[in-house]
Amino acid sequence: MLHIYCPHCRELREEEEFHAKGQAHIARPLDPDACTDKEWGEYLFFRKNPRGLHHEIWYHTAGCRKFFNLTRDTQTYEIKEIYKIGEQPEVTADKG
Amino acid sequence: MQRYSGFGLLKHSLSFHENWQRVWSNPTPKKKYDVIIIGGGGHGLATAYYLAKEHGITNVAVLEKGHLGGGNICRNTTIVRSNYLWDESAALYEHSMKLWEGLSQDLNYNQMFSQRGVYHTCHTLQDLRSNERLVNANRLQGIDNEMVYADQLQKEIPALDCSKDARYPVLGASVQRRGGNARHDAVAWGYARAADSLGVDLIQNCEVIGMEINDGKITGVKTKDYGVIKADRVGCVVAGNSGVLAKMAGFELPVESHPLQALVSEPIKPFLDTVVMSNHVHGYMSQSDKGDLVIGAGIDGWVGYGQRGSYGIIEHTIQAIVELFPLTSRVRMNRQWGGIVDTCPDASPIISETPVKNLFFNCGWGTGGFKGTPGSGNLFAYTLAHGKPHPIAEPFSYYRFHTGALIDEHGAAGVAH
Ligand SMILES: [Zn+2]
Repeated sequence: MLHIYCPHCRELREEEEFHAKGQAHIARPLDPDACTDKEWGEYLFFRKNPRGLHHEIWYHTAGCRKFFNLTRDTQTYEIKEIYKIGEQPEVTADKG
Repeated sequence: MQRYSGFGLLKHSLSFHENWQRVWSNPTPKKKYDVIIIGGGGHGLATAYYLAKEHGITNVAVLEKGHLGGGNICRNTTIVRSNYLWDESAALYEHSMKLWEGLSQDLNYNQMFSQRGVYHTCHTLQDLRSNERLVNANRLQGIDNEMVYADQLQKEIPALDCSKDARYPVLGASVQRRGGNARHDAVAWGYARAADSLGVDLIQNCEVIGMEINDGKITGVKTKDYGVIKADRVGCVVAGNSGVLAKMAGFELPVESHPLQALVSEPIKPFLDTVVMSNHVHGYMSQSDKGDLVIGAGIDGWVGYGQRGSYGIIEHTIQAIVELFPLTSRVRMNRQWGGIVDTCPDASPIISETPVKNLFFNCGWGTGGFKGTPGSGNLFAYTLAHGKPHPIAEPFSYYRFHTGALIDEHGAAGVAH
């Protein structure tokens, strides 16, 4: 069971209150009509799926119902940092 | 290879079973192979077997990071069925089912394949409608599947709570009577033994750490302990680790890896002679020959490579089982574990060419790879032998996520199939 700190509620809560929404920072193409099928398909379906650090969107479904980001190690499941939507992660693979 | 038989068992008993032949050899790898298969699980070993048997390609190595059959093939809940909705998937899983039906004889290894039936219970009118649609689709495809309604279902499965005062009353179920289960380890070991006897090199403790790619064409793989091993073609069958290997080859996959948990109870007297799954209350169960209840449900929703998941999932799974079978409410659980499943956005696998020439991927089987093992290996062997996909595998191309021709099986895939 993950214990997750909601940056909006400012409290540590059980995973059961949250919903994982997958990889974060996926930019929607500015002009979808100009995309090739390959570009659009990759935007919709292709994911990084790393063994290691992963930047994710989470949703506090049974709490404040707000979204936020976190960086988590997909091997150890350790949550490295929590940050708000619109912010960039501090802990990244290239920074070690 | 010594053939296994009743007579052999008797003969070996005279020497106290001390002279059985080794099941497979442990060769050191050659410098070059016609085909390298990365991943020595069920699908990889099946691929090697059919390459040798059906295509006469025996200069083949299976490279396995750990030991043979140590991944999802030894971590699953062993359900076999072929009642999927779309023609593409029905053809794929029925191809597999037909191989299951003769597998023990083919491999000379008892698969303990038991066609005890697989039920999908329906708890709402919508559930009934979608299962009736599935049954009708399957009949048009020539695959057995039928509806049974509450009264009849109660007779067929006395322990299932079909009463009207259940919280989510069971209204009926679809049942594929040719479905059932098999012994997971025997599948891996049987294919390994048969492939080894046809001349395939099974290399254990051999981790692949890179790919040798020149001008967009693969020429070999880099291993941790044996350096570069050359190959004309490479097939990658590594389930949860597919994304990691795709990254080595320089592309991404439409796949995410999730923990999938299962649990087994203490052994109790036999009361369930079939497999019951419920998409609605979300859980499924069968009873093994030893008497333990084999239980599973859905994946953990986040990406994870740790072969373990969260307790919340176990709690929900057990709630569903107790809802379906109230008599299990005081049964204690013996073991609980997790595997890593590689899930595709459309809940269908990928058996395909890739952006790298001569490199092929077989992945994305998600929560239902066990039933697909023989068919997957058989079709992937064709793909590796011919350098292009088998007609049944063609729709399962990696490129369907560019063209949009998805094979959406979320309904028939259900609660972890
Ligand atoms: Zn909150």
